[in-house]
Amino acid sequence: MQRFTGTQDYIADDALLADVNAAIVLEKPLLVRGEPGTGKTMLAESIAKALNKRLIRWHVKSTTKAQEGLYTYDVVQRLNDSRFGGGDVGNISHYIKMGPLGEAFSSTEQVIVLIDEIDKADIEFPNDLLRELDEMAFYIPETNKTVSAIKRPIVLITSNAEKELPDAFLRRCLFHYIEFPSPERMRQIVNAHHPDLDIELLQVAMDTFYRLRQVDGLRKAPSSSELLDWLSVLVRMGASVEDVRTKMPLLSALIKREQDVALIKQLRARRRF
Amino acid sequence: MFTLLLYHLRYQGILVGTHEWLTFLKGVRLGIASDVDSLYQLGRTVLCKSESDFDAYDQGFVEAFEGVEFANVLFEEMLHKELQKWLENPKYTDDDLVEPDIPIDKLMEELQKRLEEQEKRHDGGHRWVGTGGRSPFGHSGRASHGIRVGGESKNRSAISVAGERKWQAYRKDTALNTRDLQVVLKQLRQLTPTGEWALDIESTIRRTVDNGGEIELDFQREKKNRLHLVLLLDSGGSMEPHARMVEQFFTAFSESKGFKSFQSWHFHNVPYGRFFSEQKTESIVDLLSEWTVHHRVVWVGDACMAPYEMFSPTYHSNMRGIDWIQRVVEKCPKSIWLNPETPRFWNHPTIEGVSRVVDMYPLTLEGLSEGIQQLR
Repeated sequence: MQRFTGTQDYIADDALLADVNAAIVLEKPLLVRGEPGTGKTMLAESIAKALNKRLIRWHVKSTTKAQEGLYTYDVVQRLNDSRFGGGDVGNISHYIKMGPLGEAFSSTEQVIVLIDEIDKADIEFPNDLLRELDEMAFYIPETNKTVSAIKRPIVLITSNAEKELPDAFLRRCLFHYIEFPSPERMRQIVNAHHPDLDIELLQVAMDTFYRLRQVDGLRKAPSSSELLDWLSVLVRMGASVEDVRTKMPLLSALIKREQDVALIKQLRARRRF
Repeated sequence: MFTLLLYHLRYQGILVGTHEWLTFLKGVRLGIASDVDSLYQLGRTVLCKSESDFDAYDQGFVEAFEGVEFANVLFEEMLHKELQKWLENPKYTDDDLVEPDIPIDKLMEELQKRLEEQEKRHDGGHRWVGTGGRSPFGHSGRASHGIRVGGESKNRSAISVAGERKWQAYRKDTALNTRDLQVVLKQLRQLTPTGEWALDIESTIRRTVDNGGEIELDFQREKKNRLHLVLLLDSGGSMEPHARMVEQFFTAFSESKGFKSFQSWHFHNVPYGRFFSEQKTESIVDLLSEWTVHHRVVWVGDACMAPYEMFSPTYHSNMRGIDWIQRVVEKCPKSIWLNPETPRFWNHPTIEGVSRVVDMYPLTLEGLSEGIQQLR
């Protein structure tokens, strides 16, 4: 059994490693939740890279139907072919296109499936996938065929908790909550992305960042991806440590909401921040 | 010991089902849990469904395993033995459901006693409260369980980490956010087919193909929510401390999609003939003439004021404040009142007066979920 131990540019804590490996051993989907910017989607890429497996992504949108993940039947193409000639109209399987899950089930090698942002879809969406995820198989009535997984894929599901997921669905998943990284871990994460960063600059920037997150009344606290963005900009504009400490340039990379910008401005005017 | 965890968790309110429990045991059998830490981790990923369960899980875990000696070798054997026993007879009897005695109380008592006996700072050793050593009290020690007294945790055994209750802030019953509120509001839907018949292209194509290429048309009517939402907010001075919470409710309500219409109005303490908004003032009588039984009215206010404000007629009208509330409720019987004050303080005469006219719920996520049932 292959075990996931993280990759060079993805720093995972022990709890996350344990949960990912438990999901692999128990052959259950792993539901990952956490604040935006805590690296939920990147986790799948990292597992794929570490285990050297193909990653199949399924980005869920508000209009996505569960069926699309399994297969689609291109009836329009078939109708067109039957009216105007071309294609093998008699062979329906010719017009069946596999979705991300269908593709994963048909693969002869074990793959990793990422169902990204499952909570974006309709409330009923997860329920429509229960049986398919349980049995790792589905039936295509058009061709009277059952597609069942040759190698059970490793399934990763991310959610921003926009909608509550149904209990029946949750029962079938393992659950992991990605905590907001501690300063120590954050330093490792930043290091992975900006290996040559000036230590003092990093220290000052991180201080500002964590103090910002503590500000009472902030509508949206900045996340790690925003810190990375801010650091990139600081490096590119060649900001000095002193500048960052006193002027806090380009805070707009960290704070995006109008009310928050006003709040920080106010606090800074009163020298409270 | 294992089954004990199951019942401690259920006792804490985590409804662990057979499905998850079997998955958990399977994990143990496959050797995922080789020590307390990995057992804790495995249990959490399998048995918890949300980060709001983590705090309850921590407490259940501490209660189940507090005081158990985890000698490393014995531990694995113990798991397997118990598992074997459970598998031979995999059902629960009422005897399993005995109320758990809580050793943490005893531990606290003992801590008190030792603190009294002890007179000076202590580092190392295995009895006194201090740093290092193997006593179950103090910090940075290596006792496999116990109570950490200050300091940074060093050898963090799962029990001491769990005992810290770092997930407390994630609990559902305390946290409140707009999204959760919107999820609750989504329950307020009465879908009815409205509007023009329109060609359903997807279905038409499918039917046509099934029909061997002969065109077969399918028409559908769009479904829409027929409910209107009205939010009535008390903007009186006593609501000031609750401003942040009221704002969250307002955001959740106003951003909630899918209602036929949404409107919000203010009043001071109790309505007198008029509702206010930032732009205009509108007479309640006029508004009521437009509202129908499909309007759902949610009042938000502390309903706490001097009794004369509510129960005496004003000099230019013989209607009392409470009568105006009554009038709105008569026109729109599906009304609820959300009160930011804790129910403990609801024995005030004006609060009681209001709750006789319209059902009152606390201004919390739970309160709203309960109230919503009333509005459906």
